[in-house]
Amino acid sequence: MAIVFDKTEGLLDKPFHYCPGCTHGIIHRIIAETMCEKGILNDTIGVSSVGCTYNNYEYFSCDMVQAAHGRAPAVATGVKRVHPDKFVFTYQGDGDLASIGAAEILHSAARGERITVFFVNNAIYGMTSGQMAPTTLLGQVTTTSPFGRDAALQGYPMNVSELLATLPGAVYIERVAMNNFKNIQTAKKAVAKAFAVQEKGLGFSLVEFLSTCPTNWGKEPVESLRWLESAMIPQYPLGVFKGKDLEV
Amino acid sequence: MIDFSVIIAGFGGQGILSAGKMAAEAALIEGHEVSWFPSYGPEMRGGTANCSVVISDAAIGSPVINDADVLIALNQPSLEKFEKQVKPGGILIVDSSLVKIKPTRSDIRFIPIQSSDIANELGNMAYATIVLLGCLSASTSCFRRSSFEAALYDVLPERRHHMIPANLDAFDKGASFA
Amino acid sequence: MAKKVLMKGNEVIAEAAIRAGCRHYFGYPITPQTEIMHYMAKRMVEVGGAFVQAESEVSAINMVYGAASAGARALTSSSSPGISLKQEGISYIAGAELPAVVVNIVRAGPGLGGIQTSQGDYFQATKGGGHGDYKNIVVAPASIQELYELTVEAFNLADRYRMLVMILGDGTLGQMMEPVLFRESEPTEDTDKSWALTGRGDRTEHNTVTSIYIEPDDLERKNNDLQIKYARVAEAETRYESTDVEDAEIVITSFGTCSRICKNVIRQAAELGIKVGMVRPITLWPFPSSEIARAASLPSVKAFLDVELNAGQMVEDVRLAVNGQKPVYFLGRMGGNMPTQKEILDRIVAIHDGEAK
Repeated sequence: MAIVFDKTEGLLDKPFHYCPGCTHGIIHRIIAETMCEKGILNDTIGVSSVGCTYNNYEYFSCDMVQAAHGRAPAVATGVKRVHPDKFVFTYQGDGDLASIGAAEILHSAARGERITVFFVNNAIYGMTSGQMAPTTLLGQVTTTSPFGRDAALQGYPMNVSELLATLPGAVYIERVAMNNFKNIQTAKKAVAKAFAVQEKGLGFSLVEFLSTCPTNWGKEPVESLRWLESAMIPQYPLGVFKGKDLEV
Repeated sequence: MIDFSVIIAGFGGQGILSAGKMAAEAALIEGHEVSWFPSYGPEMRGGTANCSVVISDAAIGSPVINDADVLIALNQPSLEKFEKQVKPGGILIVDSSLVKIKPTRSDIRFIPIQSSDIANELGNMAYATIVLLGCLSASTSCFRRSSFEAALYDVLPERRHHMIPANLDAFDKGASFA
Repeated sequence: MAKKVLMKGNEVIAEAAIRAGCRHYFGYPITPQTEIMHYMAKRMVEVGGAFVQAESEVSAINMVYGAASAGARALTSSSSPGISLKQEGISYIAGAELPAVVVNIVRAGPGLGGIQTSQGDYFQATKGGGHGDYKNIVVAPASIQELYELTVEAFNLADRYRMLVMILGDGTLGQMMEPVLFRESEPTEDTDKSWALTGRGDRTEHNTVTSIYIEPDDLERKNNDLQIKYARVAEAETRYESTDVEDAEIVITSFGTCSRICKNVIRQAAELGIKVGMVRPITLWPFPSSEIARAASLPSVKAFLDVELNAGQMVEDVRLAVNGQKPVYFLGRMGGNMPTQKEILDRIVAIHDGEAK
């Protein structure tokens, strides 16, 4: 019988610890597949951050370093300055990147640091059990916005891709969603393009993945995918915010 | 055995810190132990500058001076601030082109030199501190003229070496006041 | 022939780092250490290294974490308030066992404090500073020449033990100029860095650098391993200068620029017929407890005087080492002030005459 779907060499033979219905696993897979397809797996150094994916250095088969909460872009800067000819990526959640790591992401983009950031936005803190994130939607119930996020008290959701796209150092910024097959295919192309931007040394690249958190959203997996589409995408429109016409 | 501590103080831009460094460089050429310590940070923002130089044949303790053998003051606030730190029997060298007040102390040697006017006549205000260093050299045994000359060759980039005779001229004018 | 040159402490640190093979500097401006940055901004271009002015101290230390994990000799420098911010990264570097060098040109605190000299960060530097059970090697130079030599040595120690080495210099040391004699070449060591992240290349296994151990047994084992390493460092790398302790009546303990003033007081005390010796720790961690204990056990030694630019920090380690054998007195100045020779001499005389409190 022909094998039509196999493991990728970009991932190690260790089962993911992610919750059912979470899309981290798929995001890992498309990043890993892309590294293999581009033939850069042995030339890539990844940076794990803090959150549900704190230990994804145990999953990716490239060299990996684990960073403190929010500091992955600074750590990646250090790695890239030592190995300018290697590919360096960070894998960060929305609490990590948009809250505690706001300074690091902003300034690594402003410096045009030649790194690639994979930013997973599920509008909530996952690992610490469902607190409000900078990306939490208005009205969304979390453990620290138990009556729903109220703009008067807790401010507004932060659109990271749009924000970073204003910086000249950021040359490629795209937001994708992990809610259906077509969007996942688009996401994988975005991953490939981000690595290509880095290969050409053009500057900072970031792919924002809209993702799910069934556990902390309190929704079934399928319902979560629907909520992603109906509630998140209106706040976080998909598309290329920087580098649309970039040929790489 | 020598052991001198010198405070040089004035406005920022008068070359205070460089003058202190030149004194230390000259003394270093003679094989003395030297240290140089500047004023820094917000202290510099009000427009004043000072540095402490220690020249000794023994290992230098603190580079920060509590009691100075010599004070070179290039403005009035510096004279007022540091006069009390001069050791009894010490020397006070003042740019009297800029400092119009007299010292209150009578237990120290007072040498007023119109160094800014002399520098002006020599065509470069930067020579004011050099005039005063000439007096420092001649009134103490901190460092010799020949060491100062050698230090100039060390410190100045080659394209500035043509200025060395004029520097020595300023130095000698100051020495004549000692 | 090599010739002594007159240089500022901060610039000597930067030049020594370059000579030690450091090609990656990450920093953020703060007085009184900023000249290190200024020097690096130029020199790193000349030597083909990387200079990054980070957005914060937090980022700078995390850039060091990244560069060190990639196998480079990396440096950051700051002064007290900035070092407080770096504590996060310092703890992670200890946890991940990365070699790195951090310079603290100490200014007076607490809070924004002042910008003049201090030794008020002794506790922070030697007792950890950040979270968790870890140690950094802490070197405390007393002269510009020693600052140069210990900066080079810091990179060697860092690589040898995969540890963070902190150069703790008080503000005076960073700002002052003194002659320094540079060596023709530096005694740098080649250490195995096969653990570093370089991209897998031909390796079959990927390399990882991390400080997280979720399982209690794993983390306890990790901590035990660290403690074994620290004991090895304490055994091999404790450094101090012991002067005239053998026939001293009073032994001074002091470090950094403060110890230079004490040295001159020893001469003055001798003129008064009082025999004074000194133990000057060069490594603040590991601390030369055994030498101080030995001095305390000498019958001729009647008392200790600890002199610092703080409210009394190292004196706690001195008292632990003396262990009640002899009285330990303390003299400290704060806020950016230095003690005068007279101040210290007066205290020596008072201790000698049995009048000290």
